[in-house]
Amino acid sequence: MLHVKNLHASVEDKAILKGINLEVKAGEVHAIMGPNGSGKSTLSSVIAGKEEYEVTDGEIFLNGENIEELSAEERAHEGVFLSFQYPVEIPGVSVTNFVKTAINETRKAKGEDEMPASAMLKKIREKAELLEIDRKFLSRSLNEGFSGGEKKRNEIFQMAMLEPKLAILDETDSGLDIDALRIVANGVNKLRSEDNAVIVITHYQRLLEYIVPDFVHVLHNGKIVKSGTKELALELEEKGYDWIKQEATV
Amino acid sequence: MELKDKLLSSFMVFEDRVHDQSKDLNDIRNAAIKTFEQKGFPTKKDEDWKYTSLNALLKHDYSISPQQETAVEFKDVKKFFIHDIDTYKIVFIDGKYSSFLSETTHDGIDVCLMSSALNKPKYKIIIDSYYNKAAKSDHSLTSLNTAFASEGAYIHIPKNKVVEKPIQIVHFSTGNEASLLLQPRNLIVVDENSHVQIIERHQSLTSNVVLTNSVTEIFANKRAIVDYYKIQNDNQQASLIDNTYISQKQSSHASVHTFSFGGKLIRNNLQFFQKGEHIDSTMKGITIIGNKQHVDHNTLVHHIEPNCESHQDYKGIFADRSTGVFNGKVVVEKEAQKTNAFQANNNILVDDKATINTKPQLEIFADDVKCSHGCTIGQLDKDALFYLRSRGIPTKEAKALLTYAFANNVLESVKINSIKTRINKLIAQKLGVNLGFDL
Ligand SMILES: Nc1ncnc2c1ncn2[C@@H]1O[C@H](COP(=O)(O)OP(=O)(O)O)[C@@H](O)[C@H]1O
Ligand SMILES: [Mg+2]
Repeated sequence: MLHVKNLHASVEDKAILKGINLEVKAGEVHAIMGPNGSGKSTLSSVIAGKEEYEVTDGEIFLNGENIEELSAEERAHEGVFLSFQYPVEIPGVSVTNFVKTAINETRKAKGEDEMPASAMLKKIREKAELLEIDRKFLSRSLNEGFSGGEKKRNEIFQMAMLEPKLAILDETDSGLDIDALRIVANGVNKLRSEDNAVIVITHYQRLLEYIVPDFVHVLHNGKIVKSGTKELALELEEKGYDWIKQEATV
Repeated sequence: MELKDKLLSSFMVFEDRVHDQSKDLNDIRNAAIKTFEQKGFPTKKDEDWKYTSLNALLKHDYSISPQQETAVEFKDVKKFFIHDIDTYKIVFIDGKYSSFLSETTHDGIDVCLMSSALNKPKYKIIIDSYYNKAAKSDHSLTSLNTAFASEGAYIHIPKNKVVEKPIQIVHFSTGNEASLLLQPRNLIVVDENSHVQIIERHQSLTSNVVLTNSVTEIFANKRAIVDYYKIQNDNQQASLIDNTYISQKQSSHASVHTFSFGGKLIRNNLQFFQKGEHIDSTMKGITIIGNKQHVDHNTLVHHIEPNCESHQDYKGIFADRSTGVFNGKVVVEKEAQKTNAFQANNNILVDDKATINTKPQLEIFADDVKCSHGCTIGQLDKDALFYLRSRGIPTKEAKALLTYAFANNVLESVKINSIKTRINKLIAQKLGVNLGFDL
């Protein structure tokens, strides 16, 4: 599904990613952990196609295809979805209208017809129910005045609507209380299948109890310094990152 | 011949032709043409015209009083009206009243023509008390209009009337003459406790050159509510100088929303005078232009008495080589204690070549006032743009959504839903997008 090879990226001549190797196969869940500032959000943004970051070396393959030349919207059309650490507010545009636009623009790009209004409505209702989102919430302006938790839940609602092949969740658990966490995790798990993959970026073991990863990676200073199975997450929770940092410098 | 000289010599012919019944009116005209003769057209040397040049516009050989009448079919111009709600309409074609397209009334209120009001005795009291009383007599373009004023909208709402139907004032130009100078003159008098909503539009129907120098006087008497909407979306050959003067009495509320999306050059001179306590004056605008279009908002709020408020909020989005000007002046007189004056002007430059000159001018002589002003010039937020694109929304549509989100709050105070819908459609059209839903 996703193959990141020796990825180096910088912004304003400052190197942030310094040789990332990562392979995510269909059906897998990968967790990426690591201290603040290690480059987790940058890695997600680079995969999603943010132009501000310059890829100075290495490649990203999506389903065997090098996506270097694809714009952010084209990557989305190919099935990449990023749940943002900091979702943006769009006053005057409702959640419903925004999601409709996102879905129909994606369909248009693929040469498909727009989704019929009734099918759209049905899907919106279904997914809102799954994420326990109130109908009134959907007619509010996108993210405007939403609490941290509401923003994150809304991100996962959009993910559920768009049904991506590769979902990257960047600290989706921060700002969620335990009930919301369970709802969000349930939403993510519903999406999981043999055909798609999920990358979960988090600081906490907590989310990984609900979305159980096949692999856990530790990112430090722009590099993956350790990979393992879900037990690694538990170890990190217990011991913190210092021993990893030390290991990495040795 | 220079346009100024041509106008001066035409005035004599014009004066003979109009036969004003009242001597007062004659005096007003003569004084006005003298002012214009002295001052001439404003130039960039005038502080208020530093960033707006009329030079290119003044080179045309304008026809000043078109003789030919042009017929226009309703079906061809329907789209320029707000047509999904019932409204009164006062419609002009090349400056001449079109009874065919209009729907006026004398039933309890007067929604009719300036030409009748200026000449018929039954309107004399109102004309004597209000006509040319708010317009600045030392302003050369306003004076030019006053000298030639003969047609436009006349609206008088007597006290205690809530006018249910909005009133549309629409000026079409066909420019059967190669280039046309239009000078409509509107008078709106709203008496105590009355409420009226007015929509004004200038629309050229051909690609001929047209320059409109319009003057509108609005009087909001005690506790009156006047909501005025200006839709400026004319074609590339049409230019507009809009001079609007609003005189408010105690506890009245007046609002003007100006939507500037098209035209070659637009200059809005908008002035509010607060002549009583507890007055609320609101002026808001959305400007979205491109090409080499130019829009200049020049506003004044004159706080004369205590306990009044003013709210200004102008948003501008400038693409290509378009240019914008915002010059907002707030004067708070010594007597005007407890004034609350708010002013904001926020702009987005979409392209490097676009420019905006924004200048707040506060002249505050009272000591117990709350005045805030802020102006910003920026670009669309890159992170926000990436957010939308990462959801599969193409760059152009994503920019449109962000632009809309930026300007959106100006629409919150629009009280007529059909206008909101129409403005949203015009914004989508202006930004060249079809988002599959009405913004
Ligand atoms: N747009 C940017 N401009 C400048 N520095 C950036 C930018 N984005 C990220 N960085 C820097 O790159 C490093 C990694 O940031 P980030 O990817 O957000 O880390 P994480 O998500 O792991 O906390 C930090 O030092 C951060 O300051
Ligand atoms: Mg981060």
